[in-house]
Amino acid sequence: MTARPPIPAHPRLGTRLAYRLQRVLRPRPGLRWISARIEASGLARPLFTATERLTKDTLFGCRMCGQCALPVTGYVCPMGCPKELRNGPCGGVGADGGCEVYPERRCVWVEAFERAASQGRTADLQLLHLPIDHRRWGESSWLNYWQGRDEDLWTHPAGDTGDDRHVPHHHPALGGS
Amino acid sequence: MSLRDRLTAGSFAVTAEISPPRGASTDPVTATAALLRDWVDAVNVTDNQGSNVRLASWAGSLAALQAGLEPVMQMTCRDRNRIALQSDLLGASALGIRNILVMTGDHPKFGDHPEAKPVFDLDSVQLLWTLRHMRDQGAVLTGRALKPPPDCFLGAVENPSAPPAEFRAERLGKKIAAGAQFVQTQFVFDVAAFAQWMTQVRDLGLHEQCYILPGVGAVRSRNALDYMRDKVPGVYVPDDVYRRLRAVPADQTAAEGARLAAETIQQLSAIEGVAGVHLLVAGNEQAVPGILDSAGIWAGVRAERHGR
Repeated sequence: MTARPPIPAHPRLGTRLAYRLQRVLRPRPGLRWISARIEASGLARPLFTATERLTKDTLFGCRMCGQCALPVTGYVCPMGCPKELRNGPCGGVGADGGCEVYPERRCVWVEAFERAASQGRTADLQLLHLPIDHRRWGESSWLNYWQGRDEDLWTHPAGDTGDDRHVPHHHPALGGS
Repeated sequence: MSLRDRLTAGSFAVTAEISPPRGASTDPVTATAALLRDWVDAVNVTDNQGSNVRLASWAGSLAALQAGLEPVMQMTCRDRNRIALQSDLLGASALGIRNILVMTGDHPKFGDHPEAKPVFDLDSVQLLWTLRHMRDQGAVLTGRALKPPPDCFLGAVENPSAPPAEFRAERLGKKIAAGAQFVQTQFVFDVAAFAQWMTQVRDLGLHEQCYILPGVGAVRSRNALDYMRDKVPGVYVPDDVYRRLRAVPADQTAAEGARLAAETIQQLSAIEGVAGVHLLVAGNEQAVPGILDSAGIWAGVRAERHGR
């Protein structure tokens, strides 16, 4: 399924800069238009995807799951967690914050918490992340994001106690109808 | 009285963990269930604990049930994808196994098949959510109807002492939002640290939405103590506890470990919001009656017999 096993990566992009870029790059009509043109082109699409792969691999150790969680995880990639946990750390984190599987590396969620806290964004970590769609590995998550296909990746837990109405269990990315 | 009924009634509950055998027989589970039947409310049956192959959790749970002891079937995300996990819930429910404990699971690296493919298709929060959805909406994750839907009492795990400490209570909140009705914790050796976590839990009101059962272990030997301190991911043995257990002669370690467990249970039961305890005694089940007796805890058939 994936080219490379998950290994915790320390982000090379500063937290403040990452959140600033987030404001600039959030979906808007211009970006939606450009991304639609890129998607429609047989040449531009793979080039763009390759550029994204190179950029995000360098900055975040991205493995191209195609469903980017970085905007709500302090810009630390949860898919670098050896268990690919998208909803927070497992119980095996070392007392020093080391990963259970790679003790010499820091747990991605310890780092995500620190980075989110430094920008007052810990509320992001309470979001419930839906199971990912494994058909989307290798896709450009930037194009998916600008095209609005990532809107159901997570949901707010507030009031989510038995009432599933606002939970997009049946959205197309989950294979439902 | 079932675990769910006992917790709902506000009675102090006791669960204990057993690991199924490495072999094609449920006899060891039946024997352990007979030993614990009168002492605990339910018994957790582990799911290939420590990533080592053992008899399936559902089979061990069924054996416990048939031996007259209510099981808590453990389910990890390590070995099965979302199709198999949903199928297992249906199977468990059909067999009368009601309590399901959901956890991420140890990484295969630590077990007897380190070369295995780690699955982790869902994480523990997503699995809780999936199982609750199956029960409450009567449908699989993608919407197809289940006839009849499963009945289940959903549990989660938490490790209050693991970093990031500031996030652990909120993480429990996520699990409750996803569907957890009870939570059993990793070993608690540091009662003060646990009490601090419970303060955060109460501040978030989580103790009113979920039954909390801290994990208590009984150290059997000096080797076990060292192993637990140095080798088991996520277990923290504070220095004073370590010194206390090392201070007695080696042949007294088990007795001192049981005394410490009984004292820990008493201290934990006095903390507001603690609904019971979970005894992490796999392989040392014969210590359970002594520990509960000295802690003065009444659970299981024993409590019903004595009207407690």
